[in-house]
Amino acid sequence: MDWYPLYNSLRIAAISTVAVFFLGLFFAYYIAKLPRLVKGVLDVVLTLPLVLPPTVVGWLLLLVLGPKHPFGAWVLETFGTKLVMTWWSAIFATIVVSFPLMYRTARGAFESFDNALSDAGQTLGLSNTYIFWRIRMPYCRSGILAGMVLAFARALGEYGATSMVAGYTPGRTATISTTVYQLWRTNDDAGAMKWVLVNIAISAVFLLTVNLLESRERQAKKGGAAWV
Amino acid sequence: MGLIVDIRKKLGGFTLNVQLEAGNEYLALLGASGCGKSVTLKCIAGILKPDAGHIELDGTVLFDSARHINLPPQKRQVGYLFQQYALFPNMTVRENISVAVREKEGREETADAYLRRFRLTDVEHQRPRQLSGGQSQRTALARMLAAKPKAILLDEPFSALDSYLKYQLEMELSDTLKAFSGPVLWVSHDRGEVWRNCACVCVIDHGRSEKVVSMQELFRAPVTASAAQLSGCKNYVTIVPQGDRIQIPAWNAVLFCGQTVPPDCTGAGIRSHHVHFAEGTEENRLTCSVERVIDDVFETIVLLKIDGSAPDAPFLRMELPKEVWNAKQGQTSLTVTVSPQDILLLK
Repeated sequence: MDWYPLYNSLRIAAISTVAVFFLGLFFAYYIAKLPRLVKGVLDVVLTLPLVLPPTVVGWLLLLVLGPKHPFGAWVLETFGTKLVMTWWSAIFATIVVSFPLMYRTARGAFESFDNALSDAGQTLGLSNTYIFWRIRMPYCRSGILAGMVLAFARALGEYGATSMVAGYTPGRTATISTTVYQLWRTNDDAGAMKWVLVNIAISAVFLLTVNLLESRERQAKKGGAAWV
Repeated sequence: MGLIVDIRKKLGGFTLNVQLEAGNEYLALLGASGCGKSVTLKCIAGILKPDAGHIELDGTVLFDSARHINLPPQKRQVGYLFQQYALFPNMTVRENISVAVREKEGREETADAYLRRFRLTDVEHQRPRQLSGGQSQRTALARMLAAKPKAILLDEPFSALDSYLKYQLEMELSDTLKAFSGPVLWVSHDRGEVWRNCACVCVIDHGRSEKVVSMQELFRAPVTASAAQLSGCKNYVTIVPQGDRIQIPAWNAVLFCGQTVPPDCTGAGIRSHHVHFAEGTEENRLTCSVERVIDDVFETIVLLKIDGSAPDAPFLRMELPKEVWNAKQGQTSLTVTVSPQDILLLK
């Protein structure tokens, strides 16, 4: 059995999760500070990819990345490479569709943060960077980890937009989801079943992880200061 | 030297307008909930930005809207004790303290010294949620002092505690801060707490600060109705000044004050403890009927309706030891008196 689709799916999901981690944190942190109206509008725009059909996302991505469109054409001319139909093209698709999951969970976690802690840190002379990484992030750790796991799982399962921007080339752009489609299309039920089982196993492990993190979060909240 | 504050900031329903100066002393900021006390502290610490004004500490300008100066909180060296202490939950007691030591060199040794001084060595590896109330407060104080503040702000330090724990922590807090030589602002809505700990008081009413006065002055002669209320006075009436007397239309009575009543006085306050039974020929005798008797923990509270008063006139509230009331029980008509010097004249 050729394991390339598993390897390719995992690296695409891993890279896009790292990207989405920083993007999600950045937007969650700064949008929380904006005025309400701007916040509401940006919130809708940033969450949209979660509810749009993946084909719509894929079509919009091709509008930017496609070699016949201005940005894609410019990259092709300057760097001599196409942005679509390579293994890493799928990363664009997975970032866009998994971003809202990270953004929303991180924002929820940040909103539950006790601002007196960062105020206290500031009056004690701690830098804002230190407060963010050493006080705010540990406080919101469970929520942010849950967001990352969800984003990873979503990236792993991405099919629609991926097949449009990366296509299906065995050994090059094939992922688990595009492979299953291809095997079904060519009546290879046994082959498809194998990948289906692999996919179900991975997803189950991730969902278990999310549940574990959530119950830990609940317990941490229960065990507040005992004397108050 | 000291702390000079002159700030304005628009809040939801009103504008905060605070002027005060504090030398190296304890200054109480006394006011009802939501009057802008905490916002004032946050402006001084740099957590919130005033709309306009000037803040200065020991000759260093912390904020000046006209000169566009607004030091970040990190550079203000103002210690802030938060209501629930705001200890960092992911750090141990030792880490909570050592993180606040500004000099990197000798940081752990300095932390050791604070742990010993605040009797925290036994719990140095515990996290804040494992600490008792007293240990939490000592950790917060050690952490605050480790950052070497030039002024200290206390934001209702005991608001969430039951009265026994509160009493213990209050003693410990004031003992600790005795060694501190800079200005201390103590925000509270509890008159007893500030009476026990502070020399001076600044009353804040709906965002406006009144003149800083000594604590004795606030209780002996509060100038405004809100100051009188915060000092615990319960009886208020509208008055008309008449030479050395006041006329009280609602009670249909005239009381002698023993001094010329300033013509701009519009109200008077009488403390419940200053209402006594008349024994003969005192000034200011009021005959009244008992409207209601409330049995309190250590005292009896009696609401009196003054004879000849208007139907909607406020009752006169009297508080007295239970045995004194028991001797009078059963009487429905009483004569009470208020000494001239016990009448608080209010603007």
